[in-house]
Order: sequence, then C-alpha cells, then structure tokens
Amino acid sequence: MMIRRMGGWPMWDEAVTAPFAELDRIRRELSRLVESTLPTRTVRPSAGVYPLLNVSHDADNYYVRAEIPGMNLNDFEVSATGRSVSIAGERKIAPEGEQVKYHRREREGGKFRRQLTLPSDINPDNVRARYQHGILMVILPKANHAKPKKISISE
Amino acid sequence: MAIETKDIPVRGKQEATVTKEPTFAGPVFSPAVDVFEDDNAIVIVADMPGVSSETVNIDLRDDVLTITGVPVVSDRPEEEFLLKEYETGKFFRQFSLSETIDQGRISATLHQGVLRLTLPKVGPAKPRKIPVQEA
Repeated sequence: MMIRRMGGWPMWDEAVTAPFAELDRIRRELSRLVESTLPTRTVRPSAGVYPLLNVSHDADNYYVRAEIPGMNLNDFEVSATGRSVSIAGERKIAPEGEQVKYHRREREGGKFRRQLTLPSDINPDNVRARYQHGILMVILPKANHAKPKKISISE
Repeated sequence: MAIETKDIPVRGKQEATVTKEPTFAGPVFSPAVDVFEDDNAIVIVADMPGVSSETVNIDLRDDVLTITGVPVVSDRPEEEFLLKEYETGKFFRQFSLSETIDQGRISATLHQGVLRLTLPKVGPAKPRKIPVQEA
C-alpha cells in the first residue's frame, strides 16, 4: 500500500502522533497566507468617533494622522500627556447666504473630540503637530525608556 | 448661554463608483460635496483631504464636469502602521451641468483640502415669465 504525502509535508506521522499540533500548523499557515495576500486593504473597524485616525510609528516617534479638511489652525485643540493624545476641535461650515438653493449637502460640520492611548510612553514636551492640505499630523516622540535598545552581542 | 453645536457624525469615506475600467492601482473615493446655486453661479465645494493645488484636476467638456485629485502622501516607508481607520486614494467625481456655464470665467480655490469651484452662468439669469394663452 502506498501512503501519499502532500507536497512533502509530514501529513501522516505527525498527524497521528499530534493531531492538534498539525491543525495548529495548518491554521498558522492559512493565516500567514491570508495576511500575505491582503496587505494593502488593512482598514480595521473604527472606533466610530470622528475623526478617523491612522496611527503609525518608527524607532523614534508615533505619528497620528487625521483627515479634517477646511479647518483653521485656531479651531484645533491638540494635547498630549504621558501616554495619550487628544485631538479636539470644531469644524465650521460657513453659511452661504439666504439666496442660495442647495442641490447637495454632504459636508458635515460640528465639534469633535477623540482621545487615543499609545502603546508606550511619549515625551509630551516635544510633541509637534502639522496641518497641511487638510490633514492633521501629530508627531509624538517616544520616551527614551520606551525606545528600542540595540543590544550588542559578544562572542 | 453656550450655543449648541452638534457633533460630527463619523462617516467612512465613500468609494467612488467608476464605470470605466481603471488603469491605475488603489481605491478611488468620491469626495463629499456641497452644491448650491444662486442667480449668478453654481458653486461646488468638495472635501478632498491631502490634495494640493498641483494634484487637483478640473475638467469640463460636453456639460460634464470632472473633478479628480491625488492626495499627497506623507507617510514614509519605515513607518509601521498600528491602526488604520481610513485609506488614502484618488478622488473622483463627475457632475452633469444643466445650466449654460461661462467656461472662461470658472474659478477655483483650494484651502486645506477643500476645493471651491465657482461656475458662473452665462448672461443675466433673469427670471422670465412665459405667458400661456388660452387656446
């Protein structure tokens, strides 16, 4: 009798001795496949609070970005504490006068406030914020003790 | 007394319905717009965050007005995303115009990602009453 093996994977011996380990391996393999095929559409369900945020980091900083077009700088209120950042403000849509007749009215104005806790401590004194082309970007430097340390390896 | 202001409801970006086959990668979004008119002009105000005056394009032909814009991306490749609630992509929206527009006098401004397009109507738009006779 021939025992067929799929693609050289040890389907037989290990599946008998450790069926759950094999299932686990398949699960890991599948999730790795799914992740590798869908890297571009990684939008997660949001907190449901305006504004929607994109948060990224590198070795030195956290970057929080939000699309809030048409604001004046004075209408923003950005604050940071040891580990969290808060973005608040009011988006004002100026009235266009009594005479105009609206065909479409999709743009929304109003107040907003959103608070975000970061994965590690930041240095709140050196937080910078930039507003360009209607996108707010807050740059939050990581606290020194939260930065990754390079460990030298000796022989 | 403080004036009551409503909170902004959260609304995901609306993906545009492009009827023609796209020849570029990535999602295409339909910007939120206000469209209104008075006796002199039609005004279109569009939210296009990330778009600069160099990357916006307005085109009017055969009574179809097309607005496109490509956002300027500020992320650097070494950044790793922890949370991604919105996507960035090209903006695209078309309008068909019923009024005759004075094409030479179209003007547009862009302030912090908000495009404001003024399309003046041709000639004096006087309300004209058409007499109807009993036959």
